[in-house]
Amino acid sequence: MTDAPALSVRNLEVRYGAVPAVRNVSLDVARGEIVGLIGPNGAGKSTTLHAIMGLVPAREGDVTVAGASVLGKAPEWIARRGVALVPEGRRIYPDFTVEENLRLGLAGLRTTRSNRSLTGAYELFPVLHDFRRRHAGLLSGGQQQQLAIARALVAQPDVLLLDEPSLGLAPSLVDSVFETLAKIRDGGFAVLLVEQRAQRTVALANRTHVLSNGELRLTLGPEDAGDTEKMVSAYLGG
Amino acid sequence: MIYAVVDAQTLADAVGLGAVYALMAVGIGLVFGVLRLVNFAYGQLIMAGAYTLAFTSHWRVGWSIAACVVVVVALSLVMDRVVFRPLRGSSPAVMLVATFAIAFMLQAIALLVDIRDNTIGEIATSIAPLNQPTTVHGVEVRKITIVAVIVAAVALALLALLLTRTTIGLHMRAAATDFGTARLLGVQANRVIGFAVVLSGILAAIVSVILTVQFPFVGPDFALRDTIVVLVGVVVGGIDRLWTATLGGFSIGFATGVINGALPTEQTVFLPSAVFALVILVLLLRPAGLFAWGRGPVERV
Repeated sequence: MTDAPALSVRNLEVRYGAVPAVRNVSLDVARGEIVGLIGPNGAGKSTTLHAIMGLVPAREGDVTVAGASVLGKAPEWIARRGVALVPEGRRIYPDFTVEENLRLGLAGLRTTRSNRSLTGAYELFPVLHDFRRRHAGLLSGGQQQQLAIARALVAQPDVLLLDEPSLGLAPSLVDSVFETLAKIRDGGFAVLLVEQRAQRTVALANRTHVLSNGELRLTLGPEDAGDTEKMVSAYLGG
Repeated sequence: MIYAVVDAQTLADAVGLGAVYALMAVGIGLVFGVLRLVNFAYGQLIMAGAYTLAFTSHWRVGWSIAACVVVVVALSLVMDRVVFRPLRGSSPAVMLVATFAIAFMLQAIALLVDIRDNTIGEIATSIAPLNQPTTVHGVEVRKITIVAVIVAAVALALLALLLTRTTIGLHMRAAATDFGTARLLGVQANRVIGFAVVLSGILAAIVSVILTVQFPFVGPDFALRDTIVVLVGVVVGGIDRLWTATLGGFSIGFATGVINGALPTEQTVFLPSAVFALVILVLLLRPAGLFAWGRGPVERV
């Protein structure tokens, strides 16, 4: 059990009605590792994350967390098994204070005896501490993204799923998101990162899978980040 | 002209009615928040509580009230487990119709239980003395009006503290705002919904006690009219937020009380018409809700 990867997806298939959205997808993420998932719009990246999190039912295959299957479980159950999703569009509670948003993240802690402190989150993102009494809706886009990531981390998950964390952010903020992800990997988390920014993702991740039409087409390593031709052909389904 | 006919006593009664309706509005709003379900059967919970008070009239008052709370909360939980939970995720129309069905079923059951002594209606006597008037600054006020206002204020203050200062309160607010994200974060749906249902049941029991003091004659349609009026008030106030729903409940109770006092005695049959004419006017002027500022119209059931 102990040598099982933090997250393992095997032959996953998801359909929306009769339309297959994800077909035969298999991937592993170990602790201290970032695995990227890139591909064009509608390729099935978000659907893969949603299936892992129990938000959409899988038709076939299996998802295991530290060796135990989580397939068919409710999202809150999976959250309390140590999987946290930073959803697309951040989905923070704008009318709640920053601190209340973070306290909500504590709902994902596996036992009530766990460390319920928010200090770790505030150390990683000092600006959240400064604004902790402010309504989260008043934060800038970049700060809201930090809040969404911090809210996922306070639950002390083993596996962190991120759905396009750089979406809608100014280039300088994108840099800081990617720096944060590197720090999170060093903290021993298993990170599955869905992104549109292919080159940055390939450069950061230990390996990056290219998803197209619901299927894994190609796996790239950091050394491929500079190889524009390979990147383009991967996207075009070459 | 209204000033001439509305005296201090009418105002006191109107505030008392507003307080009771505010409690009912909170009870309906709490469950709506987490389930997106307008519980039309809320009045029948209150009716069940009133019957419990009537059937236990010979008990000591404290025990009678405790029995009322137990029965109403238990009934709320059964309702959630047997009907609401299987229908969770259904369309609002399906859930609304289901609560209509529960309402009629509970009324039918009440009738069957009630009619065993060959009369319809039971009298709850033990707490009726609270209906006696007392004089406050020269105004005659029934003691229950004072009790109702104090109990409503305390209950609403406790609820506000619970929602803003505790973890379960935070989870309830999050669930009411965006349930999907709350579950994603590990907030347990059944626990939050169960808690809202229990709180809503406790409020229904409190309303049972207050209404039974004022109207000790309990029949199967007990609190039915009040519930319809409160549901209208909640929609007028803005059902998607607890405090606007509460204000809506209070406002329609207060308006009903004032109009009731202002109408000449022989014309009180026009009370519902007058109240609902006011409601139509409000909805024409503020379709998103009387207290909904700065937001677009919301979909209503």
